[in-house]
Amino acid sequence: MLRGLWRLTWLEIKIFVREPLGVIGTVGVPVLVFVVLGRLLGPRVRAGAPDMPRFVSVDLPIFVSILIAASAVLSLVAIVAIYREGGILKRLRATPLRPLTILAAQVLVKLLSTAVTLALMMLAGRRYYPVDADVPIASFTLALLLSTLSIVSLGFLIASVVPTARFAQPIATLIVYPMIGLSGLFVPVEALPPTAQMIARALPFTSAVSLLRGIWHGEGWYRHAGDAAVLTVMFVIFMTLSSKVFRWE
Amino acid sequence: MIHQPAIHVAAIRKTYGRTVAVNDVSFDVRPGEIFGLIGPNGAGKTTTMECVEGLRTPDRGAISVLGLDPKRDAYALQKRIGVQLQEAQLQKRIKVWEAVALWASLYQKPGSGDRLIEQLGLSDKRNAWFMSLSGGQKQRLFIALALINDPELVFLDELTTGLDPQARRAIWDLVRGIRRRGKTVLLTTHLMEEAERLCDRVAIIDHGRIVDVGTPAELVRRHCPEHTVVVATDDPAAAMRFRDIPQIDSVTSDGLRVTIRGRGDDLVTQVIQRLAEHRMRVIDFRTETPTLEDVFLRLTGHAIRE
Repeated sequence: MLRGLWRLTWLEIKIFVREPLGVIGTVGVPVLVFVVLGRLLGPRVRAGAPDMPRFVSVDLPIFVSILIAASAVLSLVAIVAIYREGGILKRLRATPLRPLTILAAQVLVKLLSTAVTLALMMLAGRRYYPVDADVPIASFTLALLLSTLSIVSLGFLIASVVPTARFAQPIATLIVYPMIGLSGLFVPVEALPPTAQMIARALPFTSAVSLLRGIWHGEGWYRHAGDAAVLTVMFVIFMTLSSKVFRWE
Repeated sequence: MIHQPAIHVAAIRKTYGRTVAVNDVSFDVRPGEIFGLIGPNGAGKTTTMECVEGLRTPDRGAISVLGLDPKRDAYALQKRIGVQLQEAQLQKRIKVWEAVALWASLYQKPGSGDRLIEQLGLSDKRNAWFMSLSGGQKQRLFIALALINDPELVFLDELTTGLDPQARRAIWDLVRGIRRRGKTVLLTTHLMEEAERLCDRVAIIDHGRIVDVGTPAELVRRHCPEHTVVVATDDPAAAMRFRDIPQIDSVTSDGLRVTIRGRGDDLVTQVIQRLAEHRMRVIDFRTETPTLEDVFLRLTGHAIRE
């Protein structure tokens, strides 16, 4: 059933790279911002300056990861909307390509561009933001993969239903950024009003932040099994829902 | 010998909200023919075709394509058909050869992509991005994609819309080539000239209904049997001499020019006989035969061009 998946994914990667603006926006800008921020704030972060906000001083890697995942969601929504409006989705559908294959190829491309962005960022930012030797990089990568999958699948659900390419990105922004606001990155979830807490816990960003933060700071997976489970369940729910409500034209 | 139609459509109906797009449409397409659904934009041609392709489900009625159900047997059918969609696009920055290679990778026994690219005259555009192709080149690429699995049945939806006459003629030759290879073609067009030159049989669709089905010549004979002959001669009594032709409708004269209208098949022969009999000097001679366009106008009461 995955006939054509690798070829389609590889093609989509090539097509993505051929659009200079897309590459600069998705990969270049975050890396640049990170380097600039690192130059400006790095010395103070290392000196343990007390006036630094927590998401810079402690959670910078998590903050950055979430932002990159969010930008992957936005660009995924835009691409799917453009493909739908241009009749590309419809044309692909009239082939033996399974719908899931078309969706999976897009998700894979986004996953890959996220990974490349992060890797570049780590390389470029090492000088300004030294990573402790005891950070479990392999575990963190795995946690990041799970979080990104879950978050991107939410993007797919949004992409499934947004009506036109023009509104796709604004709508996605309106949905995604409040979710990040509630994710516990800026304000601890426990400090939110009860209703907001309930909403926050149902969002993939919240579990992603909790998982990434825990793993980065050396807590084991067993302490975050709940987060991992929530992210997995969300991924399944979002993908199932998308395949039900997905509009091809 | 039992003659199974390539496509059998029985009384399908499709509505969108309160709009009835296709209403009680039935027709059969025989193996090896080019069958055209013709009618103005919005008549229901594309909806009908997309139901046959399995992209849409009709609310009512039955469809059988190569003996299969286009919805239930979608994946089995997709291997045996080739589809070109109206106003389709590909990724802007996909290259011609990449699109052909992708399509080829989707089928178990694809034909040679390189040969198709060559046959469709796209060799020097192999490495061009889709967005840089002209309208005609895009359509030729879509034909290549529709043919990559060597299908038994090819669907072509408004294939030449927006193309210049030269590109259009080139595409017509390609479609005839598909028929020569023994394949069946179902196409839609709102160009009557295209239908007349390309199709073995046509179904005229208007407001979601089939008005009539037949070969273009049959339809013309059935609905517009009248012929017109215009003769310019210096014989002052010319008009009188044509009045006794059987099945004549009218003879009018305007100076030297005499216009004879009638519905007999041998009207032209009769006129020529009279000209010879009376030794009239002919300055000009012209016949006007009705076309599918006239048939459409007569059957639907409106011209096809929107």
